[in-house]
Amino acid sequence: MLTTDFPDSHPLHARVLNPHEQRILDRLESVMDPEIPTLNILDLGIVTRIQADNTDRAQVQLTPTFSGCPALKIMENMVHEALKTEGFHQVEVTTSFETAWNSNLISERGLQSLKKHGLAPPPRHEGYIELDVLSDTPCPLCGSRNTTLQTPFGPTLCRSMHYCNHCHNGFEGFKPVE
Amino acid sequence: MEMTERHVMGLIEMLYKMADDQLIIGHRNSEWTGLGPILEEDIAFSSMAQDKIGQSLALYELLHELGEQDPDTVAFTRNAEQFHCCQLVEAPIGEFDFSIVRQYLFDQAEALRFEMLITSVYEPLAMVSRKFRGEIKYHVMHGKTWIEQLSKGNEESHDRMQQALNAVWPLALGMFEEGDYEKEIAEVHIFAGEKALQARWMETVVPFLSSCGLEIPAHSDAVLGGRKGKHSPELQPLLDEMCEVFRIDPSAEW
Repeated sequence: MLTTDFPDSHPLHARVLNPHEQRILDRLESVMDPEIPTLNILDLGIVTRIQADNTDRAQVQLTPTFSGCPALKIMENMVHEALKTEGFHQVEVTTSFETAWNSNLISERGLQSLKKHGLAPPPRHEGYIELDVLSDTPCPLCGSRNTTLQTPFGPTLCRSMHYCNHCHNGFEGFKPVE
Repeated sequence: MEMTERHVMGLIEMLYKMADDQLIIGHRNSEWTGLGPILEEDIAFSSMAQDKIGQSLALYELLHELGEQDPDTVAFTRNAEQFHCCQLVEAPIGEFDFSIVRQYLFDQAEALRFEMLITSVYEPLAMVSRKFRGEIKYHVMHGKTWIEQLSKGNEESHDRMQQALNAVWPLALGMFEEGDYEKEIAEVHIFAGEKALQARWMETVVPFLSSCGLEIPAHSDAVLGGRKGKHSPELQPLLDEMCEVFRIDPSAEW
């Protein structure tokens, strides 16, 4: 199984995990974002800490993409269920803002997964976003940059809505976030 | 400098006013759901409502860690005089012009407040502020886009923007009503204070509004009292509606 290539700024980047923690990491690769079925929660970058030992206890820390994201509770439950199948019965899933989620925490594979679902991936940024970047988001359907931002607010908090002037399709983008 | 009891009281007072602002403006924003003048605005105000209510929850959780009651109890069981929101956020949504001017002036203040709080010595607050900043950026962009479009639209849209600004301005100044512990929270670097925030806000909003051809209302007195529990008659009906379901059975599991 491929492992997530955590970006350098991600707290799990180059983190040495014990075999129990590695087992959890491998299992979480098949826990998908409830609204983006092609994207797992590791590639999304929201799993910020994993701790386990040779008992049935484990701790997983998540960070919300948006503070008002209603899917977070669902993802917490999904992590509980997934770890149960690995024999971890006393699992503590916590939410913390210690690592403030930003769109650079999405892995390279995660960006591809977004595209597979028809969502324009967020451009990489240097910590500061000029919101003009939204106005020429490449169309995930035809690749043209001749696109127009219709509104930065979409069907979920993390998405914006665009129109492609080349292939004349409406599309959604995953918002860049600082 | 050591944190004393007065510093913690100042911190709690500040967190309450911030959280209450977020919750109440969140509820008001949600009142545009289904009523927006165009579908995109329906979605925009609904999304901003969701952000604000999520942010209020994070702030009520910080209060809970400091010994206050749990977020649901705090949000749904208090009456108007126990709320510390400014009167700006509780005003009814009015027409779209009023809501959009309020949205910009409020969110620009929030953006600057959380920018300042990123360096707060109270680390849990600094952490959430880093998170909120990126979210609120989209809210500010939303407000600015509309104000610019409408102010430079036609005579009617410009007049309506000006009238909305005249109505919102004194309420907006009330955001910066000082608390009882301004000195305490500033001296330990929790927050530089309302006066400092107001100065930065003026430096930001005045040039923008002027560039849109709008005049800043002169001789306008701030509407104060919200921070001390003195509210307009509109707040209690809002709370009655917001809390109606919770109060039917406060012990229900959701």
